[in-house]
Amino acid sequence: MRHIISLLMENEAGALSRVAGLFSARGYNIESLTVAATEDPTLSRMTIVTSGSEAVIEQIIKQLNKLIDVVKVLDLNDGKFIERELMLVKVKATGAFREEMKRMCDIFRGRIIDVADGSFTIELTGSGNKLDAFIESLDKAAILETVRTGASGIGRGDRILKV
Amino acid sequence: MEQSSKQFTGAEILIRCLHEENVEFVFGYPGGAVLNIYDAIFHQDKFKHILVRHEQAAIHAADAFSRSTGKVGVALVTSGPGATNAITGIATAYMDSIPMVIISGQVPTYAIGEDAFQECDTVGITRPCVKHNFLVKDVKDIAATMKKAFYVANSGRPGPVLVDIPKDITAHLHAFEYPETVQLRSYNPVTKGHLGQIKKALKLLAEAKRPMVYSGGGVVLGDASEYLIKLVQSLNIPITSTLMGLGGYPASDKNFLGMLGMHGTYEANMAMQECDVLLAVGSRFDDRVIGNTEHFLSNPRTIIHIDIDPSSISKRVKIDVPIVGDVKSVLADMIDLIAAEKPVQNTVALADWFKQINAWRNKKCLTYAQSTEFIKPQYVIQKLHEVTKGDAFVTSDVGQHQMWAAQYYPFDKPRRWINSGGLGTMGVGLPYAMGVQFAHPDAQVACVTGEGSIQMNIQELSTCLQYNLPIKVILLNNRYLGMVRQWQEFFYENRYAESYMESLPDFVKLAEAYGHVGMRIENPSDVEGALAEAFSPKLKDRLVFMNFLTDQKENVFPMIPGGKGLSEMILAENL
Repeated sequence: MRHIISLLMENEAGALSRVAGLFSARGYNIESLTVAATEDPTLSRMTIVTSGSEAVIEQIIKQLNKLIDVVKVLDLNDGKFIERELMLVKVKATGAFREEMKRMCDIFRGRIIDVADGSFTIELTGSGNKLDAFIESLDKAAILETVRTGASGIGRGDRILKV
Repeated sequence: MEQSSKQFTGAEILIRCLHEENVEFVFGYPGGAVLNIYDAIFHQDKFKHILVRHEQAAIHAADAFSRSTGKVGVALVTSGPGATNAITGIATAYMDSIPMVIISGQVPTYAIGEDAFQECDTVGITRPCVKHNFLVKDVKDIAATMKKAFYVANSGRPGPVLVDIPKDITAHLHAFEYPETVQLRSYNPVTKGHLGQIKKALKLLAEAKRPMVYSGGGVVLGDASEYLIKLVQSLNIPITSTLMGLGGYPASDKNFLGMLGMHGTYEANMAMQECDVLLAVGSRFDDRVIGNTEHFLSNPRTIIHIDIDPSSISKRVKIDVPIVGDVKSVLADMIDLIAAEKPVQNTVALADWFKQINAWRNKKCLTYAQSTEFIKPQYVIQKLHEVTKGDAFVTSDVGQHQMWAAQYYPFDKPRRWINSGGLGTMGVGLPYAMGVQFAHPDAQVACVTGEGSIQMNIQELSTCLQYNLPIKVILLNNRYLGMVRQWQEFFYENRYAESYMESLPDFVKLAEAYGHVGMRIENPSDVEGALAEAFSPKLKDRLVFMNFLTDQKENVFPMIPGGKGLSEMILAENL
């Protein structure tokens, strides 16, 4: 099953490679991994999308907790949470495509953030599923380039991951 | 005030940190990136630096110093090849959870990343085989980093910690102040076990019909032996131990069933498979211990697991009653609880259980066919046990000789049996013996080895001469990489691919060339006399290298073939 694991770790050189190394060394899956400093510059917040049986996910959480630089770990799937991912897509916008792309972008509540003679760049935010659906709905020949950030997640309401 | 504002070089600060940690020995090898540190060592005499002949041996010796004392082992190596040579040693210590601090030199900060001479990404290379590591980028961070390194290495589940220090940092000046305490918001190992879980565990053990204790290296590392003995004896239940746990419970006690696992005793493996309540203490259900997991789980039992590392619990086998905590603390709580609650045990069932265990014991699975023609390796170990009155520190390398040492030298005390269990590193035996002998200068130290393993770090015979280490090397020389040969015999239809050792050196001459005493023993009738001589007062101060030419085709029994279950052992032919 797909799990979104959120963690806070010391914002130090090499911290990211400790996590990435752990996943490759123990053969765990990584679907995506995002990381950036928090409002407290000594801490980094990382969101990892992974998949595995309950036993594997339990081991992943334990192994992450075992890393000395990791301060807190939360499996977002243990409760209610919101997931968002940002995607930038550059699409062909010539002839009939130009109107079609504008329409698709509106339907998915995206924004066109760059307009050129032959292309649009569309910004779209949502769950991974929504971004997948957008890509699916486009004519493959129209897609010039896609960039995805990987998922970020946050617990709903009182679920707060903080030191 | 004057004292605290006095300026020291980074190297001097580092040395002062080691003094603050009461380090007695630093095992190391100099090189360009650590010259400032070595110069600071030259100016101090609080700890002794031991010059090895290869960095790998420095790590192993510091590791064994720790294994035999419980103190943190310290090693020092230079950048690049110094650090890469250390990797095998570090990985060995990591797999067996040995507390160590390894200091490595690094090229100057301004040269990092430029492919400088003797540069390598030491922090990157060691990351998967250390508990934690640091790259010190500022002289003002040295003291705090060293404090953290010792704390992390020796708390929670112990392990090696590496501190990489660029050369320019060791020359920069700063005041020295060693922090008194250390607090890491991201690292707070649990020591006290959950009382509710402990109560539940005790109830299960008391009500069990076929209870069993399975203890591991955590009991030795956690200095919990005394408590384990109390617990086992107050409940009168059978106990087995892993290779790493040997000595944690006295082997001569009636409740001890011997080692379990791939080369464990028949009674230990059968009892492990058939028990109904299992208490695992500081052990981790390793593949070499329980064999095939599915087979193990085919017999339902309730499992209680005490371990300081939550990630060891339910890793390979689902645990019913997990207890996260320091084994000593949890066992002490259990003993207090027994005294307070006096649990009623099922004594009738327990008596039946021991009856069954004794029937398994009667297989006498460690019986071997004695020979008047060939020296049996098992016999050498038995005689070693007799001659040393069972009180020696025994280090071993990896292979058949390691298993025979574990099977035929019963250990009654913890920290006496020093070997590489997790990584299975050939070449540890001699440097391990060095580390032990430095820690215990008056003790008898025997290094049980094979002709394959000993040649992986034989250069250390030179170190042994320099420091007058009176180690007794017990070489069980069968001219084969014995364990490889055994597997080839059983599973590859006797195709002995590259497992025969030709062109062996004359070990007697080799020992003599290094300034030691060499002996060659070919006849079974000479074994006891030779051992007695080697351990006699006459040779008390000498390293004696004993080359025993043993039976070439002897195998280690019992044996659980790879992928098989605990009760699917192959026994010796005559059984």
